[in-house]
Amino acid sequence: MFSQPLDSETIAAISTPPGSGGIGIIRISGPRALAILQLIFVPRDSSCRYKSHLLYYGRICDPIDQHIMDEVLAVFMAAPRTYTREDVVEIHCHGNFLVLQSILELILQHDVRLAEAGEFTKRAYLNGRMDLTQAEAVIDVLAAKTRKGLDLAVQQLAGALYERVDAIRRVLVEIRALVEVAIDFPDEDIEIVDYGHLADRLRTEVLAPLDILLRHADQGRIFREGVSVVIMGLPNVGKSSLLNTLLQEERALVTEIPGTTRDTIEEYVDIRGVPVRLVDTAGIRHGAEEVEEMGIRRAHEQMARADLVLFMVDLNRELSEADRELYAAVSHKPVVLVANKNDVVDGAGPNLSEFTCTGRSLVRISARTQQGIEELKHAIFTAVTGGREQWQEEACAPNVRHRQALVRARAAAELALDGVSVQQTSDLLAIDLQECLNQLDEIVGVTTTEDVLDVIFEQFCLGK
Amino acid sequence: MDTLNNYDIVVIGAGHAGCEAALAAARMGCRTLVTVINVDTIGAMSCNPAIGGLAKGHLVREIDALGGEMGKNIDATSIQFRRLNTSKGPAVRSSRAQADRLLYRLRMKAVMEAQENLDISQTVVDSLMIEEGRIVGVRTSLDEEIRTRAVVVATGTFLNGLIHIGLKNFPAGRMGDTPSTSLAGWFKETGFSMGRMKTGTVPRIDAASIDYSELEAQHSDQPPAHFSFSSSGDYTLEQRPCHITYTNAATHDAIRAGIDKSPMYSGIIEGVGARYCPSIEDKVMRFPEKDRHQVFLEPEGLDTTEVYPNGLPTSLPLSTQIAMLRSIKGLEQVRIIRPGYAIEYDYIDPLELKPSLETKRTPGLFLAGQINGTSGYEEAAAQGLMAAINAVHLVRGQEPLILDRSQAYIGVLIDDLVTLGTKEPYRLFTSRAEYRLLLREDNADSRLSAIGHEIGLLSDKEFIRFQSKEKARINGIKLLESIFVTPSTTLNEGLATMDSAPLKQKCSLADILRRPELTLDHLADLARLTLDDETQVAVAQLATSSSRDGVQLQIKFQGYIKRQNEQVARFQKMEHVGLPDDMDYSSLSGLSTEVVEKLSRIQPRSLGQASRISGITPAAISILQVHLKKRTGGTVQP
Repeated sequence: MFSQPLDSETIAAISTPPGSGGIGIIRISGPRALAILQLIFVPRDSSCRYKSHLLYYGRICDPIDQHIMDEVLAVFMAAPRTYTREDVVEIHCHGNFLVLQSILELILQHDVRLAEAGEFTKRAYLNGRMDLTQAEAVIDVLAAKTRKGLDLAVQQLAGALYERVDAIRRVLVEIRALVEVAIDFPDEDIEIVDYGHLADRLRTEVLAPLDILLRHADQGRIFREGVSVVIMGLPNVGKSSLLNTLLQEERALVTEIPGTTRDTIEEYVDIRGVPVRLVDTAGIRHGAEEVEEMGIRRAHEQMARADLVLFMVDLNRELSEADRELYAAVSHKPVVLVANKNDVVDGAGPNLSEFTCTGRSLVRISARTQQGIEELKHAIFTAVTGGREQWQEEACAPNVRHRQALVRARAAAELALDGVSVQQTSDLLAIDLQECLNQLDEIVGVTTTEDVLDVIFEQFCLGK
Repeated sequence: MDTLNNYDIVVIGAGHAGCEAALAAARMGCRTLVTVINVDTIGAMSCNPAIGGLAKGHLVREIDALGGEMGKNIDATSIQFRRLNTSKGPAVRSSRAQADRLLYRLRMKAVMEAQENLDISQTVVDSLMIEEGRIVGVRTSLDEEIRTRAVVVATGTFLNGLIHIGLKNFPAGRMGDTPSTSLAGWFKETGFSMGRMKTGTVPRIDAASIDYSELEAQHSDQPPAHFSFSSSGDYTLEQRPCHITYTNAATHDAIRAGIDKSPMYSGIIEGVGARYCPSIEDKVMRFPEKDRHQVFLEPEGLDTTEVYPNGLPTSLPLSTQIAMLRSIKGLEQVRIIRPGYAIEYDYIDPLELKPSLETKRTPGLFLAGQINGTSGYEEAAAQGLMAAINAVHLVRGQEPLILDRSQAYIGVLIDDLVTLGTKEPYRLFTSRAEYRLLLREDNADSRLSAIGHEIGLLSDKEFIRFQSKEKARINGIKLLESIFVTPSTTLNEGLATMDSAPLKQKCSLADILRRPELTLDHLADLARLTLDDETQVAVAQLATSSSRDGVQLQIKFQGYIKRQNEQVARFQKMEHVGLPDDMDYSSLSGLSTEVVEKLSRIQPRSLGQASRISGITPAAISILQVHLKKRTGGTVQP
């Protein structure tokens, strides 16, 4: 569908430049701004009344799973004393792109649209914030956007994403034509397609390719937004040493004393182009004192959310029950086994076959001498990207906006399929099919009634 | 000044567009003249003897809800009524009726003759008179001048009409009637952008020569589904069935044998035909794999043996027409009374029109019907009605009445024409309407009758009847939402007999009605089992009332209706941001040449309409908003 600039839609975007800075700001503008803030922000002062233009301290928390995403400062500014003259919320987060991105995605899940380039400024202008000279500047931005949009469209014409989405769109146009021909030409001597056929096509030619595209979106996201890798293991197996080695700096305090790391430590490293959020955790042991116990609890929380667990053992120790217990706790996650202290081991070390028998890769390293670190990086890369799997298709990895459209298209296609299965009447079915088309149109351009009619007249001999 | 030669509004043509236009203008109180080349052809059905069908039935209901005549005319002269798509869902159910061709036009003529403020004149209009850029009158072929303040041109296929049968052709507006060549010339000289279209019709055959014994009959529905909201009761006329037969390999051979003498295939016809209404030779040539095509034998009336073999429009030579007909089952001995033919005619590019159907080029000049590149009696009638309403408003200095795409199929039709133009004869389909679930036949009056009454077209009597029906509908919905039932053995046993799942918790009758398998009749049965006497009676009455369908639809499809209403709310925001007529798009920075050219030509009246023009990008719309703001200095946000 057409974007509706005059709509009272609420929009959001990351307003600070890309790349890591000290802080990053997400801006939300529109009538739902405050409601969104109240939904995802947990102020430390629970009696907080969101007075306009006051900064509040608190945390961003996913209202669904209560997962805490960042500590932030948030401000609500009531219209009209704001940049856009609408209600505006700004969330000042830690300046990490991954954090910003995931908070933005959380916001976009709640009936908020991603702002287009220059849209805050455009709204500011339309709402009477700026004078005429500034208006010219806005027009320049918009006109430039048209030109850039054209370039992009041309690039995408050759691109795999356009082709794939367009293929799905064409199938939907055909399905709609089948539904419409039965509606608009009831007295014709034509074979009316049965619902079983429609269901098959929806499943195999719409939903399945949408799923593949969404999977690519997730894979593309690994490169754009990174993955979370958590180092876990018993105390003193060398987790912090590994963190330091991968970071190539002394970030975590390393001692011979088990349980030195009391809390989780997070840092970002680039592994072969993939931004990795590396989390060092407190060693897991029973009978730890209270502070350490809290660290252990947080280690488990981190593990639950990790894309990959590096499970570390010490080659100089036999496997203990504690190792096995901890391994059992992480074994449902993707795991790379890391056997540390290879430089000082006598012989082959303990038998690790009980951990590797499930086909998991094992890398022997020495965090101290950097032996095996390249192999480990390769193992991490392979584990998070699925190895060779289709990275040449990076060109068709959809961006956030595309992904949103695909998710909505998928939901509409599901509704249509439900409608088919309960024998919903064709006029109602057409509403869901059209909604699905509208979402794909967000990516590949507008489908008109003529497109549907063209298919009808090509395929059917009609007219009395 | 001679009052006989001085009118508020002159309507040229008395086909389906012209009749609605003339009646509407006169009923709204304007002194109106309708001119027609042959008075005997007022309201003539030049093609098939039927009204309605998908989207067209919707149009007739809308015309009726506004106070037009077409619905009443077909109800009074129909010899077969059918409801289409009854199994396909509430939005796309539609009415269709076969007319007695003669009685249809006679009744229409009688209504016109009886109409106050309306004069009828057998006159050929040669040109339109313009002074100071606007319409002031019409000039006839007898060199007479008739002064008027607005003109509605509804000349159908008469502008430079040319009939083809085989390789022979001759000028005609319709078989047997002279075309309008001078007026066509006037449009061309005045600079209107014009094109050429073609359409075709079937040979008329003699019922006495048809063997119906082996053919499947299609009978009228009982009771009849009337078009007009003010019609009720049983049939007015005796009902007649249609019969169905099919072409076969021999038919197709006969057609292929004569194809070299087809004016279409030999390239004589240059006009563009409609894809949805192809000639039989077109169907056979384009779909060679299809081994048969359906033919409906439609009776033309009660007092005639002429039959309309729907499905066989053709312009093949007469000998080929006979050969192909006689190869068809039941038609082995058939006699042709009138040959089938194709007609080519001039049309005026509808991008010349404002959404009021007034031309942009000549103030006071309105165009309606086939002259605008449409096809179909109903499409024509709808335009005639709207053109006349807006001509009256122009004469009175009032704002035009523009129905939008969420209000009526009429709105979809006109918006498509004036925003996108058309290259082939334009026909309405329900798929052209974005908000189809809201634009139903059953609620045309809820959508439009208040408007029809307000503009002085729908009579007080009809409006009062509408109001009481509307009140009953709203009360019916309230009733079902306010009665609650609790699970009980009696109730669940009752539900079981209706193949419906047992009730688990207390809910309203409206909630129960939302179950796909249940209707208001079932509710009445359930009420009898479990509710007090008074409620039983109320539900039973509702189940047999005339508002039952409206109530049932509104409740059953509430979820979908709500979704469509939300879409409409978004749509209307853009519709309500007006673009001034005098906007100089070429002076606006940031717009591409193509965008400037399109906007200047089409002159959209709102940002919404601009967004529907092909090739207008979202960024271009943003630029327009910024300029609008700059221009007005006020806020653009609705």
